[in-house]
Amino acid sequence: MKRWLALHAAAVYAFLHLPVLILAAFSFNASRFTVWQGFSLRWYHAIFQDQQLVDSLWNSVIIALAATVLSTIAGTLCAYGLWKRGSALLSGSLYLSLVTPEIVMGISLLALFQWSFRWLHWRLGLHTVILAHVAFSMAYVVIVVAARLRTFNPTLEEAALDLGATEWQAFRYVTLPALLPGILAAALLALTVSFDDYVITSLVAGVDSETLPMVIYAMARRGASPVINAISALIVVIFGTLVLISDRVRAS
Amino acid sequence: MKPGWERLRAWFLLPAWIWLWALFAAPFAIVIAYSLLTRGAYGGLSEPWTTESYHRLLDPLYLEIVLRSFVMAAATTAICLLLGFPLALFISRSGRRRNLYLQLVILPFWTSFLVRLYAWMFLLRDTGLINTILERLGLIHIPLPLLYNNGAVLLGLVYGYLPFMVLPVYATLERLDPALEEAAADLGAKPWPTLLHVILPLSAPGIRAGSILVFIPALGAYLTPDLLGGGRTVMIGNLVQNQFTTARDWPFGAAISVGLMALVGVLVVLALRRERESLV
Repeated sequence: MKRWLALHAAAVYAFLHLPVLILAAFSFNASRFTVWQGFSLRWYHAIFQDQQLVDSLWNSVIIALAATVLSTIAGTLCAYGLWKRGSALLSGSLYLSLVTPEIVMGISLLALFQWSFRWLHWRLGLHTVILAHVAFSMAYVVIVVAARLRTFNPTLEEAALDLGATEWQAFRYVTLPALLPGILAAALLALTVSFDDYVITSLVAGVDSETLPMVIYAMARRGASPVINAISALIVVIFGTLVLISDRVRAS
Repeated sequence: MKPGWERLRAWFLLPAWIWLWALFAAPFAIVIAYSLLTRGAYGGLSEPWTTESYHRLLDPLYLEIVLRSFVMAAATTAICLLLGFPLALFISRSGRRRNLYLQLVILPFWTSFLVRLYAWMFLLRDTGLINTILERLGLIHIPLPLLYNNGAVLLGLVYGYLPFMVLPVYATLERLDPALEEAAADLGAKPWPTLLHVILPLSAPGIRAGSILVFIPALGAYLTPDLLGGGRTVMIGNLVQNQFTTARDWPFGAAISVGLMALVGVLVVLALRRERESLV
């Protein structure tokens, strides 16, 4: 049975990882077609020649950073508050937001923004995308930070209070430093889900706020392009490196 | 709790309450309101208030799409279980290498979902890698229709949600007492019957959790059927998107969303009732 299990595992791992590896390998193909014709970096050069791609990359970076900062702060404070005393309504809603189909969350946020235009003089744009990203990344942050809090010893805070600290100081100087690795992991997760999102973003984005996934999607629909292979390989490598770094930080 | 902590907690939870009411409850309330309105002359919304959109959900044309989504989600769950259970078992029995193998399951979470779907398009399309190789080998002369069908969508769904099955199953397997297996062996049970009659029943909570975690996102999937089905495999998510864009029938799109959320809600409540355990 042991050998059979190992064979099965090898096959499943190949299924999970080979497609992306093959995709990345062909980003170095000199030919436009799926026939190997030698090594070339021309598709990587092509990325930076395409103004639409570069613009959308900047939009994605701005949106992901803004949404990550907002949701990490709000989510960390929320996880701590819920750790002090739970709220069934709040944690129930967070949990529900996690299982809400993306398309449903997207159209309901679109409906909210459209409705708000009756009173507010704003249009769909970067700000609506950022708000939408905060909406769906909150729950991820709360769950990761809450998991970290479960391993935190609450008597440390009591000790701080006994030594004359205020509740805020106990949080700021005792609990927060202990939570930092968890907060970092949560921020990285928020950054990833935000940078990656297509479905919700495409619904609430305006004409001037096209993101990288939206451009990739449009290119993928139009047909094969080795440029997509190159961007994909870059995204995989960049996020892979970030995850490795955060693992190291947490381990040390 | 002391008043000082209560005050701090209230301030800390303020952003989360704003999130709940402004970005979670309000959008959904508006969708419910939209679902009860009538489609306007130019695709907008108008009065009167009516439940007409909900009646249209029962139209056989749409029921077929709902049914297809259920079948696809159920098939995805079954295949994920068949692939994921043995993998989880393998990981739980690989000693010091456990963490490495587990990381290999989690790794796809950190890779863009869009990129992973495109990787399959790259392999499966008419001019894709698989067809090119087969043609070069002289095995086929016209490309095989690998992309844009139900099979491709099913493949994409399994590919996307398999980790959701492996992780909870692994979590229960890891907690199992190894003595149970030894006891079964001492009493003369062979490995396969032990697996079937001892390990499998004991890992039921993990299998239930994994099935829910796979079934729910598969049921509401939008991007996978959109890209790998190419508009030919319409699932509930695609129907919703279509009503808000091409068909411009917002009330009906809203009604489908409310129906989908109700389904998801029922599934989650059923799952939590058995587990008595919440995430936060």
